[in-house]
Amino acid sequence: MIERTPVLDFVTHALLIVSLVALLIPFWIIFVAASHDFHTVNQVPMPLWPGSHFFENMATAWERGNFDRVMLNSIIVAGGVTIGKIVIAALSAFSIVYFRYKLRMVMFWLIFITLMLPLEVRIVPTYAVAADALRPFKEIFGLFGISVGLPEWNLLNSYSGLILPLIATATGTFLYRQFFLTVPDELTEAAKMDGSGPVRFFLEVLMPLSKTNMAALATIMFVWSWNQYLWPLLVVTDQQNFATATMQLQKIVPGPVFGEPPIWNVAMAANLIVLTPPVLVTIFLQRWFVRGLISTEK
Amino acid sequence: MEKRATFSNLWLAAAFIAPQMLLIFVFFYWPSGEALYWAVTLEPPFGGGNQWVGLQNFMTVFEDPKYWNSVRVSLTFAFSATVLSLAIAALLALFVDRRLPGHQVYKFTFFLPYALAAPAVGLAFRFIFSPDAGFVSVINQAFPGLWNPALNGYDAFTLIVLAQSWKMVGYNFIFFLAALQSIPRTISEAGAMDGASVLRRMWDIQLPLITPTLFFLIVINITDSFVDSFGIVDITTSGGPARATELMVYKIYTDGFQGKDYSLAAAQSIVLMVLVIALTFIQFRFVERRVHYR
Repeated sequence: MIERTPVLDFVTHALLIVSLVALLIPFWIIFVAASHDFHTVNQVPMPLWPGSHFFENMATAWERGNFDRVMLNSIIVAGGVTIGKIVIAALSAFSIVYFRYKLRMVMFWLIFITLMLPLEVRIVPTYAVAADALRPFKEIFGLFGISVGLPEWNLLNSYSGLILPLIATATGTFLYRQFFLTVPDELTEAAKMDGSGPVRFFLEVLMPLSKTNMAALATIMFVWSWNQYLWPLLVVTDQQNFATATMQLQKIVPGPVFGEPPIWNVAMAANLIVLTPPVLVTIFLQRWFVRGLISTEK
Repeated sequence: MEKRATFSNLWLAAAFIAPQMLLIFVFFYWPSGEALYWAVTLEPPFGGGNQWVGLQNFMTVFEDPKYWNSVRVSLTFAFSATVLSLAIAALLALFVDRRLPGHQVYKFTFFLPYALAAPAVGLAFRFIFSPDAGFVSVINQAFPGLWNPALNGYDAFTLIVLAQSWKMVGYNFIFFLAALQSIPRTISEAGAMDGASVLRRMWDIQLPLITPTLFFLIVINITDSFVDSFGIVDITTSGGPARATELMVYKIYTDGFQGKDYSLAAAQSIVLMVLVIALTFIQFRFVERRVHYR
């Protein structure tokens, strides 16, 4: 750009192209493997050009993975988590930024600390809580000697069990807080002067202003929740009705059954089905995705 | 930062924050507290309340060579995957930032792997690196038995490191590129005027200026390799062969849900929790304050 460097330019192009191929080749291999019959896919060396059995394999994988039901579940769960996260993040950031009360900073820190407690490190007790989501309250009441007849609320094998534990969000709250802090005070004052209360101000001024934030948060959270694996694996035992798409990968993984060669073509077709929605979202909404990534993590 | 104009209806403020608070109480703080409680108690075999055993569970965990094996595997895994993916991502970002013709293409494609779920990455890599079918099996045709992740612990470990790095390269790339693009062009141009070559400018100007991002990414990558790697390991190796890829998270999962030993799993959870908390602290305290060149 500033100077002429033909050799280095060539090296740069070469390196970038090689890296591009290396980074994308797994996608190609998944696709190629999903398009051959059982015999061809197990050949060594494997074919590098797609075969003619693609739709057949996809149909088999779709049926074997029960994807009719499972895709619907995944869409419900990912959609639910995404909407839940956005709503809850916006609400709590609004409370923290636009109201002045003593516990405000305490609340902020309580939300902040959850960043350090990812699901994987508290997985066993979280599972225990999911068996009865009201148990914490029962035990606290019990501590004070009050016995309240709370019902049992079992979250296992339910959409609420798949969705609720994933909704709480520190990063989303920060994103909104950061954004609310940049909204000029004059806007609030003007709204108040015109007689707008907090709810109206939130719904009619802040929400329309934060559309960009919402889009960014939504894309990244959708991909994140679609890709959740460990939690659904635990909460769902009723595979027929509540399994999510990502979970099916474990079922379809080729088992080493007495020297029988694994059914790779169907497994890769299933993998293709599972990875397509998040990849499409990132490709088509990638501007939002990148923005969401960078602003939530920093 | 404070708002000058605020609202005063505190009931409303409470109502707005209540859903978030309820969720983090039920699903974050209560379980974490319970993990702590389980870690210092033992459930008697014939029912009844848990008995206080102090640090005995931790002792049992720390005396178990299998546990130290999982710690060693986790740390090596975190180190290798982080170094590999950060090095590649930094190199790619530096070269893409040269803005030669066509650089836009890379911006849109390099981060695609990050969109995949960890188990999807795992399944793809399991096939690609399978010893008797797939892409890499050619090696075994030329040198029989050279590569077999199902039998050889080192091969299996390499496999999960490659899978994790592949997944993270695109993510790191985005952050590096964003950091590079925020460096004023004038600095590089001044370097060029002083006769610094392209590579010299990368090494002496651009890399030092993106160290804050580098440190941030180191922490994120290590945390991710502790936490999100579960999906990769579960699909590719299931912790084997001979525990060569048994990461801490995977061991907690197997001890807790297959071994049904909640106390031991809880004690291990607490150790992992402390590690993650320490990392987050480093990120926010040390990194944010110390590394400022701008």
